[in-house]
Amino acid sequence: MGRVAIRSVRIDKVGKRYGTERALAAVSLEFRAGSMCALLGHNGAGKTTLLGIVSTLVRPTAGAVTYWQDDRAITGADVRREIGLLAHASLIYAELSAIENLELVAGLYGISADISAILDQVGLDKRARERAARTYSRGMVQRLALARALLTKPSLLLLDEPFTGLDRDGALALGAQLGELKAAGTIVVVVTHDLEAIAGRTDHVAILRRGQLVCDEHGDYSYDALRDLYHRHTA
Amino acid sequence: MLRHALRIAWKDLRVEARSKEIFVTMVFFGGLLCVIYSFGFGHDDASVRGGVPGMLWVTLAFTGTIALGRAFDRERENDTMRALLLAPVPRLSVFLGKAIAMTALILGVAIVVTPVLALFLGAPLLDYPLQLAAEILLGAVGIAVVGTVFAATLLKVRSRDVLLPVILYPLLIPLFVAGTNSTAALVQLHPNLEIATYWIQFLGIYDAAFLVLSLWVFESLVIE
Repeated sequence: MGRVAIRSVRIDKVGKRYGTERALAAVSLEFRAGSMCALLGHNGAGKTTLLGIVSTLVRPTAGAVTYWQDDRAITGADVRREIGLLAHASLIYAELSAIENLELVAGLYGISADISAILDQVGLDKRARERAARTYSRGMVQRLALARALLTKPSLLLLDEPFTGLDRDGALALGAQLGELKAAGTIVVVVTHDLEAIAGRTDHVAILRRGQLVCDEHGDYSYDALRDLYHRHTA
Repeated sequence: MLRHALRIAWKDLRVEARSKEIFVTMVFFGGLLCVIYSFGFGHDDASVRGGVPGMLWVTLAFTGTIALGRAFDRERENDTMRALLLAPVPRLSVFLGKAIAMTALILGVAIVVTPVLALFLGAPLLDYPLQLAAEILLGAVGIAVVGTVFAATLLKVRSRDVLLPVILYPLLIPLFVAGTNSTAALVQLHPNLEIATYWIQFLGIYDAAFLVLSLWVFESLVIE
């Protein structure tokens, strides 16, 4: 089955309500290939909900998200095949080893991937790869979760607090890796509070506040610039 | 779709083979019920022939509910259900895979519990093994299909452990009626294979109807 890379994602006036509670209100954004969007905001601002909607796992109550391959909209399994998701939870089966987890993903996506290479890339200890994932430390689980998200070579990579559980060096290395993926044409969307890890790499900042988009800017951002922008829009 | 469903079912059974948590609990609970029945009910021929169909199907229902609850709790722990739903496979294959694994677990318990029940109560449960196997297979499929839809739907609900049997059992009433009637026809003093076959066919129709309904509603129920 041929792959159809996502070149842009258009979020058009998307809203989400959980019962009477409003999680998102008329959010419009666009993500483009070869860009890294830092999706920022306080806890409960709606970042994870927006990521859930973009990942097709949460249905918006208003508006729509469209995925474009140049001038053609793509839907369904074609979209899901192109999405890599690193969520709050690891999406990993604790009873299976790293290799078995990734084999399952490869099987479901119908790809033959070099699992050892991807585990090398994320720096998962060779001795741990055949052990059940329940024996892993938080950092090892995070590395495996990242390997899971990267295995399918997604053209849209969604990351929710990807630096959690990693030490400073690990976080900076992951930040650099995301920069490389962006340079290779991947759409990278990162929800994070770790501004240092994405400084100098992100070229798009979107800030949510109480479910509303209060900032949607493009540019080059140093750590100080990111911090100022964040405080200006969330204070 | 079936290939992906089998892959998901195999994954579930592999995880269970490693932890042995659900199957051991089911078998232990099923065995415990058999002990309770053997002490709580009379062992005279009429009582056994009258009571054993209900005992068998209550055991399958209770142990099946244990399996459904825990199997989906497992998918909740690391949010792996989201990973399955994100995969570029028909979302119905996720449903089918879970239902196939659940059927295998219920059948596994039935293979252990049925002879135990026959032994403890001296019930003639194994006189017509093919018919009994057919009704248990169809019953297990029915419990798994209906249960998988609701267990998946209740995945994010806090009181899911309480709600699952409350929602599930009323829908399973026709299945239990058919299952107990079919078993009763096999274990009565003068077994009636015609009646047993009628109820087995009913079970087949029940399964087919709920399979179609479940395939239709599953995706809309599991996406938030």
